[in-house]
Amino acid sequence: MKQNVLFVQGNEACVEGALYAGLNFFAGYPITPSTEVAELLSYRLPAKGGKFIQMEDELSSMCAIIGASLTGKKTMTATSGPGFSLKQEAIGFAVMTETPCVVVNVQRGGPSTGLPTSVSQGDVMQTRWGTHGEHAIIALTASNNQDIFAMTIEAFNLSETFRSPVILLLDEIVAHTREKLVMAEPGEINVVERLHTSVPEGTDYHPYLPREDGRLPMSDFGGVHRYNVTGLAHDMWGFPSNKPEVVCELMRHLVDKIEGHTREITRVKEFYVHDADCLLISYGASARTALHVVENRRERGEKLGLLELQSLWPFPAEVVRKRCASVNFVIVVEMNMGQILHEVKAVVDERSKVFLANKIDGSFITPSDVLDILRIIQGKGA
Amino acid sequence: MPVRDYIRERFFPHLWCPGCGHGIVMGSMIRAIENLAIRKNDIVVVSGIGCSSRICGYLDFHTLHTLHGRALAFATGVKLSRPELTLIVPMGDGDAFAIGGNHLIHAARRNIDVNGIIMNNNIYGMTGGQYSPSTGYGDLATTAPYGNIDPPFDLVKLALGAGATFVARTTTYHVTSMIKILEKAITHKGFSVVEVLSQCPTYFGRKNKFATAVDMMNFYKTQTTPIGSKEKDKNPDLIERGIFIQEERPEYCAEYAKVLETASQGG
Repeated sequence: MKQNVLFVQGNEACVEGALYAGLNFFAGYPITPSTEVAELLSYRLPAKGGKFIQMEDELSSMCAIIGASLTGKKTMTATSGPGFSLKQEAIGFAVMTETPCVVVNVQRGGPSTGLPTSVSQGDVMQTRWGTHGEHAIIALTASNNQDIFAMTIEAFNLSETFRSPVILLLDEIVAHTREKLVMAEPGEINVVERLHTSVPEGTDYHPYLPREDGRLPMSDFGGVHRYNVTGLAHDMWGFPSNKPEVVCELMRHLVDKIEGHTREITRVKEFYVHDADCLLISYGASARTALHVVENRRERGEKLGLLELQSLWPFPAEVVRKRCASVNFVIVVEMNMGQILHEVKAVVDERSKVFLANKIDGSFITPSDVLDILRIIQGKGA
Repeated sequence: MPVRDYIRERFFPHLWCPGCGHGIVMGSMIRAIENLAIRKNDIVVVSGIGCSSRICGYLDFHTLHTLHGRALAFATGVKLSRPELTLIVPMGDGDAFAIGGNHLIHAARRNIDVNGIIMNNNIYGMTGGQYSPSTGYGDLATTAPYGNIDPPFDLVKLALGAGATFVARTTTYHVTSMIKILEKAITHKGFSVVEVLSQCPTYFGRKNKFATAVDMMNFYKTQTTPIGSKEKDKNPDLIERGIFIQEERPEYCAEYAKVLETASQGG
């Protein structure tokens, strides 16, 4: 069969993935370097009967996709840096109300307005803890168009499966890199649809009473069950409660439903890891550089391997610990001051063998940036 | 249906203070809906944060209690996704005109068919009596111990200026008129703003020389007048009530349906 091959930007691959996954409502606000996502969807979504709206600000676009999701739609917004900061309160609302939705954050240099057109991976920790209060979150990332397409679909699937907002953490380099994308045929990649309640009309439906497997079947707004959704701590009816036992159960549920399924959520790619004595750990655009270094050194007989993280939160501690255990040293390659480095150090047995190769000036991390660190570790001087 | 069929008795008693006007607004809203015979499954109530917003929990509709100021943004998502549903958005004055002011003017500009009901008690009640954008000049509040120097918004003028196609003001004293106005607002195709002056005896009244809720309702009775009445000529300080504007302009979801039509034909 003839393949459907596109030559597109990463932001376009994200749009293709979202449409494949069944996106039918998008709200957004223009911001570099994510704007192409909104531009493309304003054209593509109405053509398939979906809804696109450019809202008055970043906050309202996050709120609008939550509202639309409650009516049964698959929804998404896309933003960058400052816009991601502005969305945090509403992301917490989606966490608390367990409303599925996908938030794309194309990272750019920060803090503040920072470097609007330059690359960064400085939002890793904001993705984890950006909204206030104890909670768990799911975040995926990708290093090339094919993976952006796949991870966008995964983001929708995980958001439906776990009734949680899912952050798709891209960066300026992957979002604007133009490269090949082989489109999947319909049915080729699994698409998870919303789990609806089987409770019949006229029978009490408890929107926040988890089933035995921890999942909460939904009922669409406008359907036959009328219930309350609130950002306040709530009971199984969705009615506000501050009873300690109710709140405790809710908090444990919100965290456990994600942290307790870390293995299921974990997405990694492994390159030459089995006999490696030096392991690079990287993600997003940085992983492209890391892979180049690994393959280049392999040609010279050096045993380097790469563990590319495609899910950042919940942190894939198990696979990181396992892969790090068998190597002499580890280099985390990222474009920040070590946000994933600290996570890696927290889970390995020997913290002193973990090093950082990074770039924080808005320019892309290059193989020589990684090799400089490698040479120091190998005692060959800078 | 009797009024009790529209409420969730399971969650009573409500949390509003004795004498609060918000229950009167809730009762009027229910009666307007009953008179219009709209099915409960077709109504979505979206609120923000504050005393007014707690109305959501008590009503037996699809109810969404959201973030401070953002009710209209959530409601826009619901409405655009399911245009056939009736959207009612109760807000407070702080909710609608301070933290959520941007969403109010843009909902008005779009003319999306959402019904905003602003329960204006001139104070932040839930947090204990701080001045709001509708607190009068010189009024006292916990954050204005020397008297408020912020000039208040005229909520009606703001809504009119932003392009709302239905704008009305009423009070908790004028219940029969409030019910009629709410019916017209809900029936209106487009964004509607109904400001309801609703007393807060606990935090506004106590600080501003209103001994009781009855005194405050008496104020609404004596210090408001129907739009265009001659009383206003004699006493310019009187607050006008009634429907200020009711006009037809293309509604947002209807316009979006045209976009869908064009797009489905290949642009």
